Amino acid sequence: MTRKVLEVKDLRTSFFSPEGEIPAVDGVNFHLSEGEILGIVGESGCGKSVTSLSIMGLVPTENGKVVGGSIRFHGEELTKATAKRMRQIRGKEIAMIYQEPMSSLNPVFTIGSQLMEAIRTHNKISREEAAKKAIEMLNLVGLPRADELIHEYPHQLSGGMCQRVMIAMAVACGPKVLIADEPTTALDVTIQAQILDLMKNLNQELNTSIIMITHDLGVVAELCDRVAVMYAGKIVEEGSVDVIFQQPKHPYTIGLIQSIPDIRFKKDRLYSIPGYVPKPGTIKKGCHFAQRCEHAFDVCKEETPKMVVSLDGHAVRCFLHGTLKEEKHDRNIIKS
Amino acid sequence: MTYVVRRFLLLVVTLIFISVITFLVFQILPGDPVRTMLGPDADEAQVETLKQQLGLDQPGHVQYLHLVEGFFQGDMGDSIRFSRPVTGLIMERLPITLSLAVISLIIVILVTIPLGIFSAKREKKWSDFFLSSFTQLGMAVPTFFVGMVLILFIGMSFQFFTTGGYVPWSESITGAIGSLILPALTIALPQIAISFRYVRNAILEQSKLDYVRTARGKGVSEAIVIYKHVLRNSLIPVVTVFGLILAEVIAGTIVVEQVFSLPGIGRLLITAVSYRDFPVVQGIVLYIALVVVVINFIVDILYAVLDPRIRLKS
Repeated sequence: MTRKVLEVKDLRTSFFSPEGEIPAVDGVNFHLSEGEILGIVGESGCGKSVTSLSIMGLVPTENGKVVGGSIRFHGEELTKATAKRMRQIRGKEIAMIYQEPMSSLNPVFTIGSQLMEAIRTHNKISREEAAKKAIEMLNLVGLPRADELIHEYPHQLSGGMCQRVMIAMAVACGPKVLIADEPTTALDVTIQAQILDLMKNLNQELNTSIIMITHDLGVVAELCDRVAVMYAGKIVEEGSVDVIFQQPKHPYTIGLIQSIPDIRFKKDRLYSIPGYVPKPGTIKKGCHFAQRCEHAFDVCKEETPKMVVSLDGHAVRCFLHGTLKEEKHDRNIIKS
Repeated sequence: MTYVVRRFLLLVVTLIFISVITFLVFQILPGDPVRTMLGPDADEAQVETLKQQLGLDQPGHVQYLHLVEGFFQGDMGDSIRFSRPVTGLIMERLPITLSLAVISLIIVILVTIPLGIFSAKREKKWSDFFLSSFTQLGMAVPTFFVGMVLILFIGMSFQFFTTGGYVPWSESITGAIGSLILPALTIALPQIAISFRYVRNAILEQSKLDYVRTARGKGVSEAIVIYKHVLRNSLIPVVTVFGLILAEVIAGTIVVEQVFSLPGIGRLLITAVSYRDFPVVQGIVLYIALVVVVINFIVDILYAVLDPRIRLKS
């Protein structure tokens, strides 16, 4: 079995406002193996981005905090790491790319200087060597005329090019883990495919493990080995991409898959899950999805379902599958 | 480069406008300078002769062209009160006002940037609140009072400071600094209060942007994140404020010059106005306009230096 690079256990990250604590990430568990691409899927506001920022140690300190759980990178506990150690890990061991490539680059510095900064932060090399390495990285991510590009500014580049620069910057120090937070959302569809291809190549060539955070199931199907579906701060289902797409168990996952438009069948109306993602912290007990779930019964509103893992590694957090006694479940189905 | 050319053209056009307006204002202004010069007893013939001498009998546009020509030759006419060239009078006082402006700007920059960063990093904490209230106080206290307090408590206690009069740089460098530092501080104090808020807000606004997260994500130290990435972007709006401060001080700080008995531009202006010394007033107005326009031009150039988006926009 391949080694686990990253292991997240019962991660809890909260934001604090005058009204009280808002749990954005509420007990998340997952792991990432060497060379694997894991997708984390969910609607906006479900805690995907906060999960990734927690791993990076970049949760905004003014009002946010990792309040519990553990994040282990090659066995090393990151939630207890010093600020200095986290700086060594960020960029060098775990790197991240973001949703808005244009605004993620500093507008007043050249592409080259920003790339070289990433390189020289973790490697003691001269400016000339760093410049050479920067050009090399730009070539690696498929950017033409890299030697001119390093003298240009972000505003002179397109969104797709900026995202390639961001990827070059992220992989420049050969990180073991690359976290991509909706890297293609802000880009044109054709550019999206190119960026996904690029990430797949980097995964194969550099053996970088990737966490792909997205709300787009198409991206998951295209790129990922395994997928975790997140809803309102919790992971509700997890399994290999094939299993999740072919035999989804959680009503939320089923809803997500149904809401993908299919070009082969013309429908009058696209399926959508009724209601909205609840505001974090508003659900005090029961399954977080209960109020939007077609199959919800009494227990769902009272108790939080546990994650149940079947033999093939397919895990689901739903009373319809597992823990509860079959008869109770059947009775409720009949009643409703 | 077109940006610089455009800004320069703007500078020229502004100067032309200002010179026309200044000229017209002095045409319309009540009170005949010639009669003021000659006193109430002068007869018509004397008045006419002097008008001819000063070129005031010629049509308006000729007078204006004469003014512009003189301006470029450094000849702004003679002062009525001092009977000396206006240019000489201004030039004499320029080093004082200029030194005052530069020293107070340096004080403002040295204080507000670290203070703004400090305050922004402690947003909504007590220290931030305290600093903001304290600087409010700095804005509210009138300069003459600050000046007097400084003279009383610092100037009188330490030999180094001169509390009145000016020691030229050529005579003694320490003496010059000693005579200028307290007035510069007096000028700087309310300016610190104003620009501190600009710096704080600019830093605060910038540090919430995405590129800051990227910088942190690279693993660089917090000092680099703030002083390199955030500060460089925050300086773009802040430079405007510093430019305004500099222009304001160079244009003359009448009250402070009066309190510290410094013979600067501001005091010259007061004297000139009270004696209806029109050539001097006109000269100073043009000088102030020139200074403001040139500083704005420099600020525009600084924008381009700081922000490649401005520099490279063709």
